[in-house]
Amino acid sequence: MSGPLAVLTLENYFASVLKSCADSETVAMVAFVLAALTHAALLLGLFGGLPVFYIWLERKVAGRIQDRLGPTRVGGKFGWLQTIADGIKLIQKEDLVPKDADSLVFRMAPYLAGVASFVAFMVLPVADGWVGVAAECGAFLILALMSLEVLGIILAGYSSGSKWALFGAMREAAQMVSYEIPMAICALIPLLIAGSLNLQVVGRMQSGGFWNWFIFHDPFAFFAFFCYFTVATASVKRAPFDLAEAESELVAGFHTEYSGFRWSIFFLAEYASMFAVSGIAVLLFLGGWETGSGIETVIFGGGEGSGLRSWWKDVPIRGFGLGSYIANLFAVHVFVIKASLLVTLQIWVRWTLPRLRIDQVMTTCLKYLVPISCFLFLGAVLWPLILASTNGRPVVFGNALKSVVSSGSGSAPTVARTNSEVTR
Amino acid sequence: MTEQLLFWVFAILTCGGALAVVVTQNVVRMAFWLVVSLGSVAALFFLLHADFLGAAQLLIYVGGTVVLLVFGVMLTASGHTIKVQTTPAETLLGCGVGLLLLCVLVFGINSVEWSDVASRIPKAGDSAAVTDHAEDVRLESAVTSAKSDESRDKAKNAQEAVLARRQSGRTLRQLGLSFFGLRPDRNLNQEAGKPLAPGYLLPFEIISIHLLVVLVGAAYLARAKRRVTPGLEADL
Repeated sequence: MSGPLAVLTLENYFASVLKSCADSETVAMVAFVLAALTHAALLLGLFGGLPVFYIWLERKVAGRIQDRLGPTRVGGKFGWLQTIADGIKLIQKEDLVPKDADSLVFRMAPYLAGVASFVAFMVLPVADGWVGVAAECGAFLILALMSLEVLGIILAGYSSGSKWALFGAMREAAQMVSYEIPMAICALIPLLIAGSLNLQVVGRMQSGGFWNWFIFHDPFAFFAFFCYFTVATASVKRAPFDLAEAESELVAGFHTEYSGFRWSIFFLAEYASMFAVSGIAVLLFLGGWETGSGIETVIFGGGEGSGLRSWWKDVPIRGFGLGSYIANLFAVHVFVIKASLLVTLQIWVRWTLPRLRIDQVMTTCLKYLVPISCFLFLGAVLWPLILASTNGRPVVFGNALKSVVSSGSGSAPTVARTNSEVTR
Repeated sequence: MTEQLLFWVFAILTCGGALAVVVTQNVVRMAFWLVVSLGSVAALFFLLHADFLGAAQLLIYVGGTVVLLVFGVMLTASGHTIKVQTTPAETLLGCGVGLLLLCVLVFGINSVEWSDVASRIPKAGDSAAVTDHAEDVRLESAVTSAKSDESRDKAKNAQEAVLARRQSGRTLRQLGLSFFGLRPDRNLNQEAGKPLAPGYLLPFEIISIHLLVVLVGAAYLARAKRRVTPGLEADL
């Protein structure tokens, strides 16, 4: 993320350019470049910066839970720079390829995992209108992209030429293929409420108070969140589901033979994916980039043209006028903090619960999570019908049909337009 | 310009990956090249702004089929590499089938009236974010500032035409509704009394039942043939 200072100077530069050239094409071009720079900085900052913080957090939380202090020396009292020191150590290590390994696949596999984890960030909206690729089927796309990471891990395990790595990879494959099913079904429940696959629309529909969040929409969605979070923890192979690495049984599982930089890529991918699944959970269930207290409306005003958002709004790209820019910068922080809280929860769970056995992992998924998620999905489908027949309206609180256009300012009111198109 | 470049990059990757799958003899490397080829096809779909198709390609082929393929190889392979040796007869058969497929594709592509299709494709270089907003502002001001009813109607019509044009690339909702038997692309604004275009509800249901049967069959085949005492089970 670029800091506030960088934003202001960029905006000042932009303002001077605006004054100097009345040519609308140039203005559009500059705004376009500014938007592109922001997105690129966000993507790189989130993908590169957050894992560094999470690895430090993991060490610190683990230490505290085990009655230790965790890192204390590198970079001051709290060991802030521990991850950087780890990184320097890892880069200096020799890049080993075992004799039995399939060299090409062995070398490529970490990048496959890393890229799969990175591309998920591209379709994850971090604020209203701030998203790398505003795909109309964003939720479907991000689930598809997240499912690619397993391929890198399987290929890594298989090509290592080691039985421990092979066992780890086989477990990972079996686990992934099973856990994708309840994950998709649980993610479908809030999408069903929203009536859209566009993650921006899903986030925008939960704006306002926290009672608008989809987790409080109906009891089925409430339980679906916990079901989703369990499955998401398993899908990024975190304890208690980290059977692919299982230090006590398989040495280090799929990355037994890896060292140095390639090993660190796996870890970057793992921590980035933790953020990605938490971000999806925040977007689908926990109100996305809004605090839920309605404070945004007080500070920034409701729609595009009111309050602070009306500053410098004559910019050809939505969400990049000065007012909207500041509002969105605030929204990014809210989003990242929310998702980081969920990541902290995952870390907490990892250091508190014992690891399951592989048969217990499969049982949990196929005998419990799949039926539970199917039941929740069925319930969520029937809920509006039951309410409509007993209560006379399909929702308990709020408006039955919420206008997405009036509450949002981003680049995706097209879906709402499609709605009106269809009903016309 | 950039899109042209990217098209060539991904087209070469697609063809090169496919060729490498054929030439390589190691099954796992084949899977790797298959990932490259199928992933590039998905990238080509994304270049065409067919997001849904690209995501489906990634989910089904790269994330699903290839993972299952490698998983199957891992379960069955005896050594850590297994070679695939083809006999000359198999090579000949493969070439024949490939040639036939090529013929079908060439005839198929030639039989389409491309000038008719080209007129329906949005213009290239239509940067959605920039032009949409500029055009919205212009049209809205035209509607509000219009003096007479006639000019207001004119501006409104123009606005609706813009909306309709913008809708042309975004097909996800239409796709979903088609599976429920509604065809908003055909049936909206059509004359009264005309028969409605059929949706895809029936094929969709048939495929669903088909998949359910397959699932039940797979569960039946994979069931434990006899009771296994816990503890003696083979660990994965």
